[in-house]
Amino acid sequence: MSMELLAQINKDFAALILLTSFGLLVQRRIYALLLLFAWQGLFLSISTAIVGFVAEAHHLYIASILTLLLKVILIPYVLHILIHRLQIYKEVENLTNIPLIMLIGIALVIFSYHLTLPIQELSTLMTRSTIAVALATVMLGLLMMITRRHAVTQVIGFLAMENGLFFAATSTTYGMPLVIELGVALDILIAAFIFGIFFFHIRTTFDSLDVEQMMKLKEED
Amino acid sequence: MILLILLGISLFSAIILAFVGDRKFAPEINILGSMATFVAGIALAWQVYLHGQIIAGGNFFFVDAFNVYLATLTSFVSMTTAIFSRRYMRWEMEHGKIGKKRMRFYHAMFQLFIFAMLLALLTNNVGVLWIAMELATLSTVLLVSLYRTPTAIEAAWKYFILCGVGIAQALFGTVLLYFAAERVLGQGGEALLWTNLSMVSDKLEPTILSLAFVFLMIGYGTKVGLVPLHNWLPDAHSEGPTPISAVLSGLLLNVALYALVRCKILVDGATGTHQSGYIMMGFGLLSILVAAFSLLRQKDIKRMFAYSSIEHMGIATFAFGLGGQIATFGALLHMLVHSLTKSAIFFTVGHASQMHETQEMDKIKGLFRGNPLVGWGLVFGVMAIVGMPPFGVFTSEFLILTATMKDAPLLTPLFLIGLGVAFAALFKRVAPMVSGPIPSIQKPLKATHVPVMLHLILVLILGLYMPKFLSQWFHAAVEKCMG
Repeated sequence: MSMELLAQINKDFAALILLTSFGLLVQRRIYALLLLFAWQGLFLSISTAIVGFVAEAHHLYIASILTLLLKVILIPYVLHILIHRLQIYKEVENLTNIPLIMLIGIALVIFSYHLTLPIQELSTLMTRSTIAVALATVMLGLLMMITRRHAVTQVIGFLAMENGLFFAATSTTYGMPLVIELGVALDILIAAFIFGIFFFHIRTTFDSLDVEQMMKLKEED
Repeated sequence: MILLILLGISLFSAIILAFVGDRKFAPEINILGSMATFVAGIALAWQVYLHGQIIAGGNFFFVDAFNVYLATLTSFVSMTTAIFSRRYMRWEMEHGKIGKKRMRFYHAMFQLFIFAMLLALLTNNVGVLWIAMELATLSTVLLVSLYRTPTAIEAAWKYFILCGVGIAQALFGTVLLYFAAERVLGQGGEALLWTNLSMVSDKLEPTILSLAFVFLMIGYGTKVGLVPLHNWLPDAHSEGPTPISAVLSGLLLNVALYALVRCKILVDGATGTHQSGYIMMGFGLLSILVAAFSLLRQKDIKRMFAYSSIEHMGIATFAFGLGGQIATFGALLHMLVHSLTKSAIFFTVGHASQMHETQEMDKIKGLFRGNPLVGWGLVFGVMAIVGMPPFGVFTSEFLILTATMKDAPLLTPLFLIGLGVAFAALFKRVAPMVSGPIPSIQKPLKATHVPVMLHLILVLILGLYMPKFLSQWFHAAVEKCMG
């Protein structure tokens, strides 16, 4: 396969990652969110492997496998078990104003393209056109965390943001050094355990996973 | 070698305490581990004093005048906090606030937290610095929710989410930094080493680095607790166990600021302008003012002192942003004295709230009569923190003030208003707590006075006399910060 074609395919995967980001933004069913998140991880993993092949950066294969294990298999599996244990399988979140959220999301994508312009001009890598998508994924994850009120969805937003960061590292520099990638993966793993514990704490203390109830701590006047 | 011992002790203690942290002798192990860490810290400081700077572990560690004093400070405060926490946590356990299991968790995580902070301080790799900062957050998240009350869980969730989001921005900044560095230094781990980066900082692409700094500022600024990224801080400080409030306030904020300043040095070297300094000054000044006025509105004693921490971190950030020899010297000193004073205050606050079994300031009364040492500890701690002479905070704030008058005279009134309001607010709140008759809810308490006194005496000494080795380090660090 020619390099141009592979670069083209990589861009398609970037587009799919962005698409799943938008899907995450407006999907209201918890379990469907989980599946979308796993898909995003899968696209990310494949894209990383392609970049690794094209750039002959072999440490990216390890990063790709790590992503596959962590973000497509382990974390979604843990979340799946948690969702079953907590019996929130069928929970649907209230999400008003979906068109507005979409519009803000689109604005964020445009903003990301604007922000990464200097990087794209400087970069000589074949992945330079996907840098903006990576930043957009980070921003959309952030937007998701702001708009959602459910603990599980907030965590998925957080993880989607982490996906965007990983993607950013791959597209700007063909990945961070392996030590760093491993360290970051370890941190995410610990974070995954912590939010697992948290779900139970929140559930037992508040009777539901709606973080809207956690509004007690604020400044009194 | 000494570096591995220093880091190894806390990690090893964490592992041991993960198994035996619920035994009767666990607090003693905790103290012993922290003491050993402190001894290793002193040994490291001695070596740096002799050799100037150390690069060890195949370029993995880098210790210079800037981070060695913070590392020693971290090991010292963690030791005194461990001493304080022995009786404090035993009291909490006896009063049924936490069980044995959570005690074990507390001890293990305390040591892991110290390990993460020391790693962040001593590493030469900007990427590892990020990882260690994240580890420091993660190890304390579940400590903040240790009491499992609704408010504690809310505070911990906020802390987890906000700091997680913040620190993710810092990772993006680090990626950009690596992108710029890689073009000069080539691919691979070498391009993220601080020692290499600082040498070629003038060759790094300025546009990329100023973009990176925005992300790093938001990321590490969240952990420093700068306004408007500070929302997690008062909650986490007021809801967690007091020893954790003391180390969060006294140490973690310092480490985050250290990370920010390291990045600022690189960015300044690349851009050759003062842009990053202006950003830091803006955040710093805003933090001073917002925190000072928020102090007036607080009802919870730990929450109030959390806002005071935001104010002081604002002062240090402002001073680093101001740049210049005097301001940077003042900022370095301020980080040191604030850390010592604030942790001492949290110790006494912990005692006071245990005596009254509440953190509400309206209910805390008559400390002078109830337990004179706790009362006076609080009064002297507050005197020190508001910057009364002859305490060390006065020296550092005075230095920063002089530098402000010289370099940014128009900001002096704002800076002074912040200091003045904080001064008035703290005294207005503390005076009724210490004076008056003993209220009916107050119970006698066997307090641990040594850590408080030790800290306050050190702050007093630093206000009167600066040891030669310390001023030498500060001067060397100022040189580094000036680029």
